[in-house]
Amino acid sequence: MTAVAERAPATVEAVAYRRKRIRWGRVGLHTFLIAMSVLWLFPLAYAVYTSLRPYDDTAKRGYASLPGVLNFDNYITAWNQAQIPHYFINTLIIVVPGVAIVIFLASMVAFTVSRFRWRFNLALLMFFTAANLLPAQVVITPLYRLYLALPLPAPLSDNGLFYDQYFGVMVIHIAYQLGFCVFVLSNFMKTIPNELTEAAVVDGAPIWKIFWQVTLPLCKPALAALATLEFTFMYNDFFWALILIFTGNKLPVTSALNNLKGEFFVNNNLVAAGAVLVALPTLIVYFALQKQFISGLTLGSTKG
Amino acid sequence: MTSSQAPAQTGPQAGGAGASVSPRKRRRFSMLTTQDKVVLWIMAGIPTLLVAFFIWLPTIASVGLSFTNWSGIGGLASIKFAGLKNYQDLVTIYPPFWPAVEHNVIWLGFLLLIATPIGMFMAVLLDKEIRGTRVYQSALYLPVVLSLAIIGFIWQLQYSTSDGFINSALGLANTDHFIDFLGDSKINLWAVLVAASWRHIGYVMVLYLAGLKSVDPSLREAAAMDGANQRQTFFRVVFPVLRPINVVILVITVIEALRAFDLAYIINRGLNGLELLSVLVSNNIIGEASRVGFGSAIAVVLLVISVGPILLYLTRSLREEAQ
Repeated sequence: MTAVAERAPATVEAVAYRRKRIRWGRVGLHTFLIAMSVLWLFPLAYAVYTSLRPYDDTAKRGYASLPGVLNFDNYITAWNQAQIPHYFINTLIIVVPGVAIVIFLASMVAFTVSRFRWRFNLALLMFFTAANLLPAQVVITPLYRLYLALPLPAPLSDNGLFYDQYFGVMVIHIAYQLGFCVFVLSNFMKTIPNELTEAAVVDGAPIWKIFWQVTLPLCKPALAALATLEFTFMYNDFFWALILIFTGNKLPVTSALNNLKGEFFVNNNLVAAGAVLVALPTLIVYFALQKQFISGLTLGSTKG
Repeated sequence: MTSSQAPAQTGPQAGGAGASVSPRKRRRFSMLTTQDKVVLWIMAGIPTLLVAFFIWLPTIASVGLSFTNWSGIGGLASIKFAGLKNYQDLVTIYPPFWPAVEHNVIWLGFLLLIATPIGMFMAVLLDKEIRGTRVYQSALYLPVVLSLAIIGFIWQLQYSTSDGFINSALGLANTDHFIDFLGDSKINLWAVLVAASWRHIGYVMVLYLAGLKSVDPSLREAAAMDGANQRQTFFRVVFPVLRPINVVILVITVIEALRAFDLAYIINRGLNGLELLSVLVSNNIIGEASRVGFGSAIAVVLLVISVGPILLYLTRSLREEAQ
């Protein structure tokens, strides 16, 4: 209200005063933003810095100090002794098919609910979306028992069960992430003009062809965003593998790090190297696929 | 659904508020051939069964098992009905329960009252025409790509006693006066919350920036024409318009607080000041003394708390679908 009263005729002095004030405001704003950015980058930058310092160097000079020596020795130790490559492969075995399957399944559901009006549209969307919003701990106790009892044949399982298997972890990732993917993709598909599908239906094209050859190619941006996001989600998961995998050397890399900590990562320099190594794939996503990652996140939560 | 049924052109009329919005034109299901219908049923059916079996069945089983007594040994036949015993024990004689509830509430309060508003504030600042806004945004959003497990490791480097950065920088590292950020149960929850907020603030900022971009610029111009200053424009015009995304952010914050697990588990397995409901659930199923019924009861407490926010989210985000 006061602002209205303040609106005096725009005299020359008033304009000049305003400009000056704004400029000072800008300086303050940039100072604040730079401070925030430095604060935000510091923990990771410090981890990288510490990982490059040999333990002796930090032991002599302290951790908050300038370096005497910088090298990659900690990385070499972590890579070789803790067998990081082995755990990376475990992760790939779970995550690569996991991402592909979840997106494939979700796009089929999204197609049916967004292209056709059938009675269960809303119920189905709720069914999927709510499943992704549940805390994982709500399902874990019975799921753990289920995995111990559920048979799984040979090539997929080496003990005949879902428990302690890559496949089992992949399946729960898929089931848990389906809700999110269905939600994002159905929102996206609703923005595609219906005339395209209509024309194909009138032409008598079978439904599968409409899905695979007409609709999906139009969803490429959303599929790329979702694949990026789902890769990070599954890669970053700590909990499912922690509970559902028993054998230490079957763990995906994110969950394995905790086990390796006591055994191999005996000082903070090695912990830093291990953490940076494991963070590396997600940092690549951050640098190379930022656009896809952000559009996936925002499609999932702002559109609706 | 068979072709004999009435055309399913009207979905459930859950929230038919905005009558002015014209219903989207979509092909009626009943106009398709039988073969197409079968294909559609399969396309929607397989994923539905998967989610039903691996998510909803265990959820229901959690509720059922919470009224029973079962060590997990000796098959389903050895499950004994126990009534409300598990819940009774939980609130009366299980020492970590109330601390866990308290910590979850503090976690939620901290995210909701401190981290989320900071994230929104940063989004509002960075939404303006500022030189280098992309750089600032990138810096704040960096932790969002990292897993909470890695975040736990990264912050341990800051917090540890004799090798941590903070203690070293304060010159306390090799003295007896070091600050035990993660071991002292009076402060470790707050130390962990700082690490959790590091990520949460960036997350909220990303979501809110997208929301702010969607605000019609003419609204702001109109407000400026009427002489509103920036603060007034935000609180009286932009914020109300962004109501849907405010609700989404609220819900996401609540759910993140309930899901909190990785950080506490990495740091000390959720003991000594870091007890959380989610950690208690897993502590009751791994290890030899598996208490399935009891662990399920804790899970049901989590479930009951999350039902409200989940429903809020669903009604908000799927409202359009219901029209």
